[in-house]
Amino acid sequence: MLGKVKKLGKKTLVITGNYAVAYAAKSARVEVVAAYPITPQTSIVEKIAEFVETGLMNAKYIRVESEHSAMAACVGASAAGARAFTATSSQGLAYMHEMLHWAARARLPIVMAVVNRAMATPWNIWSDHQDSMSQRDTGWIQFYASNNQEAYDTVIQAYRLCEDEDIYLPAFICLDAFILSHTSMPVTIHDEEDVDKFLPKYEARHWKLDVDNPVTNGNIVTPDHYYEMSWSMDESMRYVKKKFPEICEEYKELFGQWHGVFTKGYKIDDAEYVIIAPGTLFEESCVAVDMLRENNVPIGALKLRVYRPFPSEDIISVARKCKMLITLDRALSYGFNGPIFNDVRSAIYGETGTPVFGYAVGLGGRDVTFNDISSIVRDATLKLEKGLHSSFVYYGLKVGEK
Amino acid sequence: MVSIRDMPKEELLLPGHAACPGCGAMIALRYALKALGKRTIMCVPACCTSVIQGLYPHTSIAVPVLNIAFAAAASTASGISAGLKARNVEDVTVLAWAGDGGTYDIGIQALSGAAERGDDIIYACYDNNAYGNTGIQRSGATPYGAWTTTTPTGKKEHRKPLELIMLEHNIPYVATACSAFPDDLYMKFKKARKIKGPRFILILSPCPIAWRFPSWSTVEIGKLAVKSGAWVLWEYHNGKLEFTGWSKLIAEGKLKKIPVIEYLKHQGRFKPILKDEKAINEIERRINDYWKFMKALKEALK
Repeated sequence: MLGKVKKLGKKTLVITGNYAVAYAAKSARVEVVAAYPITPQTSIVEKIAEFVETGLMNAKYIRVESEHSAMAACVGASAAGARAFTATSSQGLAYMHEMLHWAARARLPIVMAVVNRAMATPWNIWSDHQDSMSQRDTGWIQFYASNNQEAYDTVIQAYRLCEDEDIYLPAFICLDAFILSHTSMPVTIHDEEDVDKFLPKYEARHWKLDVDNPVTNGNIVTPDHYYEMSWSMDESMRYVKKKFPEICEEYKELFGQWHGVFTKGYKIDDAEYVIIAPGTLFEESCVAVDMLRENNVPIGALKLRVYRPFPSEDIISVARKCKMLITLDRALSYGFNGPIFNDVRSAIYGETGTPVFGYAVGLGGRDVTFNDISSIVRDATLKLEKGLHSSFVYYGLKVGEK
Repeated sequence: MVSIRDMPKEELLLPGHAACPGCGAMIALRYALKALGKRTIMCVPACCTSVIQGLYPHTSIAVPVLNIAFAAAASTASGISAGLKARNVEDVTVLAWAGDGGTYDIGIQALSGAAERGDDIIYACYDNNAYGNTGIQRSGATPYGAWTTTTPTGKKEHRKPLELIMLEHNIPYVATACSAFPDDLYMKFKKARKIKGPRFILILSPCPIAWRFPSWSTVEIGKLAVKSGAWVLWEYHNGKLEFTGWSKLIAEGKLKKIPVIEYLKHQGRFKPILKDEKAINEIERRINDYWKFMKALKEALK
């Protein structure tokens, strides 16, 4: 009988990654937005301003005078018990750095979109992961979206995860500048009423600023207690590993979307070589995988959807089944390779001896095509055949390789 | 005017806090909280109050407190205010409580932003003319001639007139106060509480440690600051400016201003310039200019 089963209130729009994020903030019924413009994040905060000023979204919008203030205002709003959101990029994220620690240490479940852009100097507005990767140890959960639908869905999933009473940590949803932020794709948007079933109103059960139950938060803590506070944040990161799979399953059940949990494999079941990459680098890797498989190269790709907590278990299990891992880093840890390469090697150490070949790619927005990734795979295969175990290469370097 | 006898008996600044003996800031906080009452949320950046409130898991402040980063008092207060409004909590006062370093210097951008946006907060700066918590370094509030550890021969510049900068933001309420006059201070917080939007109160808080005077002289030093005209008590509300307390009496010619040397000579921090006539004249000149300006401003706003 028609009408018995209530259909989901949803619509599919062809929108940019930035608009997908703005729609997600609306779907999640964000209550306070504090934001400052920076290219290429601006269209997120413009769209939210439009939602708020036309009455489509019931949120307080603080048009702050800096990113430091954006995160400080989110901290204040979240501490007052409201759901807070912001978005930034590059220099803006760096300017927030102090407050990123503050948000995480105060255990406030703030969600922020980070449109990945290169760090200055010199000025460069294109895609690069140096901004978010260099905030790795601030206590924020880090997601990397590989398409606009995933950016939308992950914002909603992140609130559910961060607001879990065993977690209470903030999260980034990273999306590649322009490749996602300014590229339109079909995105299915859900009505707030349906999202409510998955994401109930935020209730701060750990602590909040409440005149009827006054607490002091953040006064001086001696070495007697500080250590355990840091440890408990790490415990919560471990709890993310337990909780997030259930959240993703439930989301799939309700909305039909599945982007993997911490990672997502593409043709990895019979793969002898596996490319590990975040965000759009994974999507491009999938194209390369298809192309290489036509030439009988036994390759697959693994999306690194969550960077912190680092999905060591997934990587170990893939590493055990294959002969070689190839990592793609869109950032550097100056003086010690690329962050993903290092973390992958560290994760599998003592578990499996699978060789790992790391490649720096696309810094400052240099294009990374499936042809580039195919060349990388050929290069890694030659290294494997030579009996090498590990190396880190700056792919496509114009100053000539050593 | 209200007498101390008429103020609420309940203490929201609890005994056992860690302030130095003779701390002017804690006199101010005690009466500010009496005026604002229990339905107040405080936001405290790095400043003496971060330490004074006590060590976790204890606190000496009976209203909710969020400690926050140095530059972030005003922006965090804006966020708290928005968060409360999002949850329809309308009768709670959000108080940013910051020192002069966190206000004149590192926090001025966030403060200016909150004021320009019209955010619904009270921002109170207890001004002890230096970075006290870190061991007395010069700030934008340090007066001309004063010794600090980073101006060992006396500061060569005058302080920044922050209260006038805030007044120029065209916000509903701006006032100056002094720890030596708790009745005046109480009335100003009481009035500020009833007003919506950004309100700014700058409180001169004599500091025995930084200013080099005995801890029992805090109130006396504060009185001398006002009596010499070096600190002027006024409030700006509904587009009008009024002098208050002893400053009103000075403005009306009912109280004679004493020479500034009478205020300076009791403080060890002015030792570098105490015998320097040119420097003392420079301080007097600045005081007279300030008075001239304030009187003209009062007239202009009539």
